[in-house]
Amino acid sequence: MKFSGLIFANLFRKKLRLILTIGSFAIALVLFTFLAVVKSAFSRGTEIAGADRLVVVNRIGLTQLLPISHRDKILTIPGVKAVTHNHWFGGVYQDEKNFFPQFVIDPENQRQVMTELVVPEDQWNNFVKDRMGAIAGARTATRFHWKIGDRIPIKTTLYGGRSSEFNLDGIYHSERPGGDESQFWLQWKYFDENAPAPVKSTAGWYVVKLNSPDDAVRVAKAIDEKFANSSFETKSETESAFAAGFAKQFGNIELLILTIGAVVFFTLLLVTGNTMAISVRERVGELAVLKAIGFSGRAVLFFVLAESVVIALVGGLLGLTLAYLTIPVIGLALAGLLPPLILSKSLLTMGVGFAVVVGVISGLLPGIGAMRMRVVNALRRV
Amino acid sequence: MIRVDGSGKSNSLIQVRGLDKSYRRGGEEIQVLQRLNLDVDKGDFVGFMGPSGSGKTTLLNLLGGLDVPTHGSITVAGDEITHMSANKLTQWRARHVGFIFQMYNLIPVLTAFQNVELPLLLTKLSKSERRKHVETALSVVGLAERMNHYPRQLSGGQEQRVAIARAIVADPTFLLCDEPTGDLDRKSADEIMELIHRLVKEYGKTVLMVTHDPVVAKRADLTLHLEKGLLVESGALGVTAGGVA
Repeated sequence: MKFSGLIFANLFRKKLRLILTIGSFAIALVLFTFLAVVKSAFSRGTEIAGADRLVVVNRIGLTQLLPISHRDKILTIPGVKAVTHNHWFGGVYQDEKNFFPQFVIDPENQRQVMTELVVPEDQWNNFVKDRMGAIAGARTATRFHWKIGDRIPIKTTLYGGRSSEFNLDGIYHSERPGGDESQFWLQWKYFDENAPAPVKSTAGWYVVKLNSPDDAVRVAKAIDEKFANSSFETKSETESAFAAGFAKQFGNIELLILTIGAVVFFTLLLVTGNTMAISVRERVGELAVLKAIGFSGRAVLFFVLAESVVIALVGGLLGLTLAYLTIPVIGLALAGLLPPLILSKSLLTMGVGFAVVVGVISGLLPGIGAMRMRVVNALRRV
Repeated sequence: MIRVDGSGKSNSLIQVRGLDKSYRRGGEEIQVLQRLNLDVDKGDFVGFMGPSGSGKTTLLNLLGGLDVPTHGSITVAGDEITHMSANKLTQWRARHVGFIFQMYNLIPVLTAFQNVELPLLLTKLSKSERRKHVETALSVVGLAERMNHYPRQLSGGQEQRVAIARAIVADPTFLLCDEPTGDLDRKSADEIMELIHRLVKEYGKTVLMVTHDPVVAKRADLTLHLEKGLLVESGALGVTAGGVA
């Protein structure tokens, strides 16, 4: 482009200012991207939840159990395809900071309901046959460098505090992009045999697979009506609603992140806008000369916007590169404290879009000022 | 022929008729130019002198399409510019006017070559064609070997030469010079005036120049004096308001 020489020459007019502006933009974008990744991590459960699944919990709360006998009763409701149940195991592997979610699963029905979590057939068969068997998500297995055949010591914090060693029989992968690969599954039979009396023959919650997502509201209502006025009333909701409710237990993360994100956005607008305003003010005479020799007001606006967008894009790309490099490291350091931090392509694209929007908005006011500037007045000030 | 009585022939390059310009300042109306007439033919070199505030620069701004008159008309090469829209006027300036300013007004972050190339960026010329034009313009002003120098690496006289090259590179219809030697020492001023004179005599350029300096003004074919917004006197060749050849 024939104007690029003019645009880049102006950009490098004050090198220190350019470097500082780009640097502050990059750092702010790292923060913005990190916040977006955290927000995405908390909402991922909602995004990837199966549209054709319900979660049934005790109406009093998630910490209250449900009798195992509910399973067969739920199965009789029209529209229900399969039912599986889970327990929260709440164990510690070596150290409390090595957190990963451990679920006691029902091997008979797990695969009919959680169809996207795939285990190779031979590994699954070994697991089913092994009372002390376990299956780990690929992410957790990688995190602790586990391989099949390893013995994994887990100390439960809920059910008597005993320690057990489980045999890693398999590793599961999620077929859904961004799916949870951090879980650790244990055998229901082993758990039920060793659970204290009040926990025996109970489920923490049920997951119900529906014939069709269209049945969700009707079936959820039917399940809750079935157990109404019983000792174990239920609360049934879609998996996405359950995941959203679960995330809210951490407080209004979304509002917090949006607030900080908005502050970052406006700070960036001020930083870049101030740079552009000073830059334009410094060369009013030069812009006036450009207009005098035949450059239109729109061309001058374009030059200012182009400079502003280039600053924002370079700062943005630098920030995204830093985020790309640092977020996995931060994710590892925070493993167990936060859901997996994944910097997806869509977040990277959003980051670039964010940079362009900040660039355009911050260049707009000084650019319009330059566009409307009267040449005669500006030349008089030279 | 340069005339100031409004009786010039209809095919004059520049025709100014009944030109008024007034400003409002603090509720008071200030008349800068009054019923000014002027005819300038192709190849003429006109100087404008007058005390500060007499309207010299205002006249130049009006002729260059940088400002609009309160009344009257300006016609250049058959185009009446006084009623043109801002966009049209911008395009017209790019095609017809070469500006030379007292302070050179080069872009400091561009080399001499890039500064001179600026007006050509508005044309459809290819890169190689632009290069050819710029090299020619810089040769005319004697700075071909300095084309890669930045303004800060040039003397005042050289900067003004680059500014002149920028003004002539797109081959405009006429040149407007606002105190082109006002910031130069006598020797450099003489060199610049020699160059402008050469542009008129050798290349047939039409030049309208504002100056405070009588020595510089003498290089023009005719010097017109502006006083209180009126063209009150014509000098150099001793002509009357009736015209000068």
